[in-house]
Amino acid sequence: MHPLSARIKSQFPQSLVSIVAYRGEVTANVKRESIHEICRFLHDDPEMAFNYIVHVSSVDWPNDSERFEIIYEVYSIPKRHRIRIKTRVPESDPHLDSMVDIWKGAEFMEREVFDMMGIHFDNHPDLRRILLPDDYPEGYPLRKDFPLQGKGWRDTFEFLGEKP
Amino acid sequence: MPQGLHDQRNTVYRINPKHPEDPALPVLRTEELMLNMGPQHPATHGVLKVVLDLEGERIVQATPVMGYLHRGVEKLAEHGTYHQFIPHTDRLDYVCAMYNNFAYVRAVEKLIDLQVPERAEYLRTIVAEIQRIIGHQFWLGTQALDLGAMTVFFYTFRDREILLDWFEQLCGARLTTSWYRIGGVERDLSPALVETMSDYLDYFPPKIDEYMIFLEKNRIWLARTKGVAVISAEDAISFGMSGPPLRGSGVDYDLRKYEPYAAYDKVEWKVPVGTNGDTYDRYWIRMEEMRESVKIIRQCLDHLKELDQLPTDDSRNQIMAKRPSVTLPTKDRVFTNLENMIQQFKLFSEGFKAPKGEIYCGTEAHKGELGFYIVSDGDSRPYRMKIRAPSFIHMGAFDHMCKGYMISDAVTIFGTYDVVMGECDR
Repeated sequence: MHPLSARIKSQFPQSLVSIVAYRGEVTANVKRESIHEICRFLHDDPEMAFNYIVHVSSVDWPNDSERFEIIYEVYSIPKRHRIRIKTRVPESDPHLDSMVDIWKGAEFMEREVFDMMGIHFDNHPDLRRILLPDDYPEGYPLRKDFPLQGKGWRDTFEFLGEKP
Repeated sequence: MPQGLHDQRNTVYRINPKHPEDPALPVLRTEELMLNMGPQHPATHGVLKVVLDLEGERIVQATPVMGYLHRGVEKLAEHGTYHQFIPHTDRLDYVCAMYNNFAYVRAVEKLIDLQVPERAEYLRTIVAEIQRIIGHQFWLGTQALDLGAMTVFFYTFRDREILLDWFEQLCGARLTTSWYRIGGVERDLSPALVETMSDYLDYFPPKIDEYMIFLEKNRIWLARTKGVAVISAEDAISFGMSGPPLRGSGVDYDLRKYEPYAAYDKVEWKVPVGTNGDTYDRYWIRMEEMRESVKIIRQCLDHLKELDQLPTDDSRNQIMAKRPSVTLPTKDRVFTNLENMIQQFKLFSEGFKAPKGEIYCGTEAHKGELGFYIVSDGDSRPYRMKIRAPSFIHMGAFDHMCKGYMISDAVTIFGTYDVVMGECDR
């Protein structure tokens, strides 16, 4: 087992769902309630020292009971290792603790996840849409049920006998 | 507007304690001024708007408003095959397309676990470093132009033009190149191109000194870059900054050294690191990186000459990996051989099925760490693709870095990140 995985497993036996190693990358699936605590540990612990946030992403799995997956990928510049922390939130309650107090760069990255996937980050200082307009009415574009082709003004016209 | 009305709107009438008998005597007051900068401002490098809250000329708060160039590239990626996405990456950071191609194909190769032949790795390194020189030349020209020094712009663009012509001879396009392929590169360097590049490597280093002559002793340049846009190493790391903006603060984080790829661990070169974390240090780092790039390209070209001695069918000497289910056949085979034509057709229409899994692969582009996070569900299209764009993440630190500087320094701070909005908004 990867030393990182062993350390996290011994530290948080209750909150860890699984640990996967794929192509040399360690991914820890954790429970939503404890993700902030785990990230705080990863950042502050001198052996972990994950001081650099790489990206925050989200994946939509519409058929799962806990639909959205949030991914924090962090890197340690002094120790030169990286880890990916993942958690799941259900569609009915898409809330998660914000990591802005741990990594300042998370502010924009979490705003992007909010904008594109509609995940609400609690304790985020400024949770607004970032790439789309503030009053964008059509939902969250990276969800799988968002259509690839838009329904705009042009779609209201009849084309070759086909009614819109 | 009539004069009287204007006065009424902007003046607060209060009772003046010195003259209580005259209640209508105006008392002056100050308030913060809100200023919209952009999206059509020439110094914002495309379409970026910033709402500045000003106290006099000092910036109290700067709020970037982005998304004017949002095209939904991450959504588009979910609906095309892995090969079909390569041209989309050109349009991310449109001044440095080659490096985006490189970052993307590297991520896909990591996902499908594909080894690239040695010759292709060296070719990739050469072209990526040429792209880095182009990027830094472009940055220097525009940054100096934004700060009022127009001459440097003409000099850097003159030298950049030669390299763009070189790209045109290599792949037929100057900016939207799409030369990298999954498993290798599209075509080899011709002897004429190798010769042109060798000449350029002799021609270019004195030109870097020439650019520096314009700027090193230019009092305006020094006043507007030294001590401007300072960020501490700790803050820069916390914000997730990378590339020259991070190395300017004294952190030697460079993925080419930290997690070596292509031929970077087989050639001799150094990572320039600054100390003060200001715009001047970042400028110096970019100048030094151009010199390092010249060194890297020269060593790679020498190694290509050694590889030329090998027989053409040697596995090290190929420009494309041999895995017909994934990699494309060469163009001459496509036009002359039916099987290869079918292979090409199938790869472009159906694509290949990637194994189930997820990977993140970061590449040191000249702006910073350009990463691709790909989630695959076993289909021929990515289930989810996230692009970690350095410009976007650098903009997250914009407010922090702007506080307390003058309005005119906001232009320096855009420039110091080298933002390109195509990449920032995606």
